[in-house]
Amino acid sequence: MEHITREDGYHLHLLHTKKFKTLHICLKFVAPLERNSITKRALIPYILQQGTAEYPNAIELRQQLDLLYGAVLHIDGSKKGEHHITTVRLEIANEQYIANQSHIIDDAVQLLKEIIYHPKVENGAFDSNVVEREKQTLLQKIRALKEDKISLANTRLIEEMCEGEPYHLRVHGYEEDLADLSAGELYNYYQQMLAEDQLDVYVVGDIENMNMKNKIAQLISKERQSSIVKTDPTVPERPSDTIVEKDQVQQAKLHFGYRTGITYDDPNYAALHVFNGIFGGFPSSKLFTNVREKHSLAYYAASRLESHKGLLFVFSGIAPDQYDRARDIILEQMEQMRKGEFSEDDIAETKEMAINQLKETLDNPQGMIELHYQKVIGQSDKNVEQLIKEIQQVTKQHIIQVAEAIQLDKVYLLTSEEAE
Amino acid sequence: MEEKHYEQIKETVYSDTLENGLQVYILPKQDMAKSYAIFTTNYGSIDQSFVPINKEEVVTVPDGIAHFLEHKLFEKEDRDVFQDFSKAGASANAFTSFTKTAYLFSATSRIKDNLMTLLDFVQDPYFSDQSVEKEKGIIAQEIRMYDDQPDWRAFFGTIKSLYHHHPVQIDIAGTVDSINKITKEDLYTCYHTFYHPSNMVLFVAGNVDPQETMQWIKDNQLKKSFEPANAIKREFPDEPNDVAQTKVDINMPVSVPKALVGIKEPQIPDAPEEFVKKEWMLDITLDYLFSKSGVGYERLYREGLIDQSFGYEAHLERNFGFTIIGGNSQEPEKLAEVLKDELMNLKQHQFDQDTFERIKRKKLGQTIRSLNSLEFIASQYSHYQLLGIDFFESIHSLELLSYEELDSFLRTWIDENHISTCFVKSE
Repeated sequence: MEHITREDGYHLHLLHTKKFKTLHICLKFVAPLERNSITKRALIPYILQQGTAEYPNAIELRQQLDLLYGAVLHIDGSKKGEHHITTVRLEIANEQYIANQSHIIDDAVQLLKEIIYHPKVENGAFDSNVVEREKQTLLQKIRALKEDKISLANTRLIEEMCEGEPYHLRVHGYEEDLADLSAGELYNYYQQMLAEDQLDVYVVGDIENMNMKNKIAQLISKERQSSIVKTDPTVPERPSDTIVEKDQVQQAKLHFGYRTGITYDDPNYAALHVFNGIFGGFPSSKLFTNVREKHSLAYYAASRLESHKGLLFVFSGIAPDQYDRARDIILEQMEQMRKGEFSEDDIAETKEMAINQLKETLDNPQGMIELHYQKVIGQSDKNVEQLIKEIQQVTKQHIIQVAEAIQLDKVYLLTSEEAE
Repeated sequence: MEEKHYEQIKETVYSDTLENGLQVYILPKQDMAKSYAIFTTNYGSIDQSFVPINKEEVVTVPDGIAHFLEHKLFEKEDRDVFQDFSKAGASANAFTSFTKTAYLFSATSRIKDNLMTLLDFVQDPYFSDQSVEKEKGIIAQEIRMYDDQPDWRAFFGTIKSLYHHHPVQIDIAGTVDSINKITKEDLYTCYHTFYHPSNMVLFVAGNVDPQETMQWIKDNQLKKSFEPANAIKREFPDEPNDVAQTKVDINMPVSVPKALVGIKEPQIPDAPEEFVKKEWMLDITLDYLFSKSGVGYERLYREGLIDQSFGYEAHLERNFGFTIIGGNSQEPEKLAEVLKDELMNLKQHQFDQDTFERIKRKKLGQTIRSLNSLEFIASQYSHYQLLGIDFFESIHSLELLSYEELDSFLRTWIDENHISTCFVKSE
């Protein structure tokens, strides 16, 4: 059960459970997605992992983590809806399972404090050598997108589809920003982020009687809690169109972008969730069985929801010469959803799978944090239990209504250079 | 049914070997919402030459057949088994590795139904000429997708450079040509030989009652009849100790080139405790050099030779073993050179006791952390069981490992003749 308290400058979420042999401390800093901060926010996680005032290089910092029985530190950036989230996560083995150890948690909190609040700084700026080196790291990450054809196709689809909306921004930032970014500017931005971003802190594990509230209070220094602005899902009025791009691929990627107009807090979200399960969310779905199995047209065909921007994506990998057939069959599956061509059995099975999936996510510490954080980003009171109840109540009529409101925005094809 | 409690990690495993030879293990974890079961056969991509059940002569089957068989088992005369799991709220999957094929599901309800589905679909094959032909199209797409993935190509390119004859060098999915040769009859031959219960392990973990679950499994198995269990005769070519090629180049479009260094393990210990010890020594040595707190990693990073893709993995099995180290690099030749240099210099390192204790702590913590995952426990426990090793006791062998043992391993591990490199670059 989640226990939430408002602390000075942040919200503390305590998730006590005996499921895990570990303890997790996770800080989530959130700010609006913006073109002028995105590359800075992409770069900062790399810099923070390169050393602190006390442990001035990466190897010394990493060896401290090793001594805490291989504590795992993750710092990364992600986007949900039109928000950018910087996540700092430390995972340690619960001392119960280690003979003669009783202060791993206190040492871990101290180390986390050092990493976040005492980075390696010179003259009011991050270490410039570190910054230059990490620019290279990020640059390689940015360029590597070209190799992951599924992500590339999805990124290009979103850029075209959401042009002019913050959601189109690339989470790893932009190559052209890197040259001019100074170590001082980055440090200033980081200070601003620490002070102004909305902060939520999650602690997961067997934490009863551990006084985590006090331990976290010693960790964080923040004066005021800001709050994020909710974005309404916009559904632009325009006909859908198709974009074709070519690359050195053997297998073409055919992706579709739809507008659902439904975000996490929406009363129709549970119905959309079930819709997606029947349409393309599970191996039993229409996309999987009809595109992949029945017609052997694709190696994969699936759909996924973006819950905070109100989007639905379809992904498929096809032989380049099968484009027309694959597109028609995928569009046909959506038509069938709108016409209600699915059975009560399909609905019952999909609900069970969707609920199963949510419960399974709660069996994983990170999954538990992410599911609870949906509430924060969606600015919603709907917890997982509530969502499960709503899923159980979804009717066929409900699903058809949702399907009818979904609009196709873009079709994106990444195909081989030889294709017509 | 046997009950074995492991005090340090506070877990209990219930086990039995059934009359037909099937080994069953159950690990209850009542706090979890989910249950997970994995049904593994000791049969993978390397098992290409063998004496079929009730036959005398060795046969060799086409590359990629174990993986093909894995796909085909899900398809029955009247339905696709994925749907049976879906209907019961479970998600199912399967994978084929060098040495194993495994079928699994997870669910938060109707565990008995799903467990019966798992046992029944794996133990009731249906292959027809028509369905075999249709599958060839799907698997050809899968192979092409792998062909577009530079990491996969580099991984197999390295393995190919290490081995002269051993079938570990064959792509697990085979090639478009090799899978086109597969027939229904080949599938039945492999199936009847390798899917005998005595060649399989079933592991169930999660929100289950061990007594009740064991009874379900026994009742299910009693209804089926199998041929008497016989040891399977597998044949592997003689493999020289040195590598097949010291360098392999792969041309394909990549934005950043790649360099991987492979190390072949010529000696694999037979005794289970020695095997586990060797795994820990490899793991600790690689960590010492190339983890993010490693001395070699630090140098590679400082010289700008690696990025986030850098990594390493070691595979140790009964009749082969190798390590692969590397990743993306703007200067792939230099990366390979420095990696080899670090390895060749290992003999001269001053590896102190504090470093040893630090890495041992890290490995202990990592192992405890990994026990959060039912999937990890079930698949690792099954993996080690097929090697004759108790996974949970392998933690103990880490604790027993001495500084002197590791120090001497460090000084003898690397031999220049066991090292190869693989590059992936755009033309």
